[in-house]
Order: sequence, then structure tokens, then C-alpha cells
Amino acid sequence: MNFDKEFDASGMSCPLPILKTKKALVDMASGQVLKVVSTDSGSVKDMQAFADQTGNSLLSTDEANGKYTFYMKKK
Amino acid sequence: MTTKKMAIIATKGTLDMAYPPFILASTAAALGYEVQVFFTFYGLQLLRKDLSTVMISPLANPAMPMPVPMPVMVQMLPGMESMATMMMKQKLKKHGVASLQELRDLCLEAEVKFVACQMTVDLFEFDKSEFIDNIEYGGAATFLGFAGDTDICLFV
Repeated sequence: MNFDKEFDASGMSCPLPILKTKKALVDMASGQVLKVVSTDSGSVKDMQAFADQTGNSLLSTDEANGKYTFYMKKK
Repeated sequence: MTTKKMAIIATKGTLDMAYPPFILASTAAALGYEVQVFFTFYGLQLLRKDLSTVMISPLANPAMPMPVPMPVMVQMLPGMESMATMMMKQKLKKHGVASLQELRDLCLEAEVKFVACQMTVDLFEFDKSEFIDNIEYGGAATFLGFAGDTDICLFV
């Protein structure tokens, strides 16, 4: 999937992946896609909850070898 | 969509009890909430410029997981509190949990409003210069003025 910006939240625990996602989205334009990689299993539900409550779209969530990859489209 | 609001009363000043208010406040702010945290009694310790004095004690804390079972008579020995605090901080770091300092900074960056209880400052004769600068001082009525209009209100 194409993306405009990415950051690696590997090793970070709740709530850092969410807080860093929020910060990363700040200087992005509407419609741009952010890729986030996390090792925190809790972030799967939290990223969805973040998207639901902020209006950004979680395009996809993938898991491979203990790494979770999220694509978040800014509203 | 109207902005949601959350108010938290932080009354504890130990390392373990410092996390919930800072985690919830910073996360709520990230979700778009307007957040205010009222620090009263021991919670005021969390507004000090220097957070290194915030500690955890295994004493009277039977739910705290210990590497080895430790009788209360041992827990009360000098240095046990420092050791428990050091071990807890190592554990937090190892698991990628943010430090209190980092979470507090993230709260301030996200414009979470911190209000310090003026009565507690007077009661314990705290020196305001020991607290971080970007906070307000107020009382119960100040807090309730905001809390009365919130979606979530928590006492920690």
C-alpha cells in the first residue's frame, strides 16, 4: 500500500503508539496515509479505537512475526 | 461535533499511581478531548520539576508483584523503597512504557490543563518554584466549574 509518511513504534507500550500516531498526523494533509509499525499487541484495538474516535480511517491492520502494521488515512 | 471533555482528580504521589492520570490525560487529548487534571494532596508531587523523588514502596502494597516473596519485616528495611523504585523503573523501561516525565511533557504539549490545589500548597507549605511553570492554581470550585460539564470525570 502506498503511504506518505511512516514511523516505527516498535518496543513502545501503551499509550505511546497512539500518542505518536496523533503527533505524526498533525502535519499531514487530509487524505494522506500514515504507516505505523508496532510491537504492542494492545495497539490493534487501540488504533481502531483511535480511528473511530478521531474520524481518521484505519485502512488496514496486518500482523507478521509479532509486528503489527497499520495504515491510517487522515480525515 | 462538540468537543468531549474529561476531568481527572490526581490524589496520589507514588510512581505506580502517577501513571493512570498521565496516561489517560495524554491519550484523551490525542483523541481530541479537552482535558483538565486537578492535582491535590499527594498528587501535587507529580507537578514537581524534578520527578526523581516519585517512588514506589512494596510496604502496604501486597498486590505488587515481587521477583521473590518478601516478608513485610524485610520490606521495611532501609533502602528497600529505593530498590523497589529502581526495579520498577527498569521494568517500565524494558517494556517500552514511557517515563512519567515523558508522559507529562506529552500532556502539556497536547494542551492538557494542569491545576494545582492551592489549599494543599498552603497546607504542606510547598514552594511554588519547585513546580513546573505551565500550571494554574485553584480550589474545589475551580475544578467543579470544569468537571460539571465533562463527559468523563475520574478520581485517581
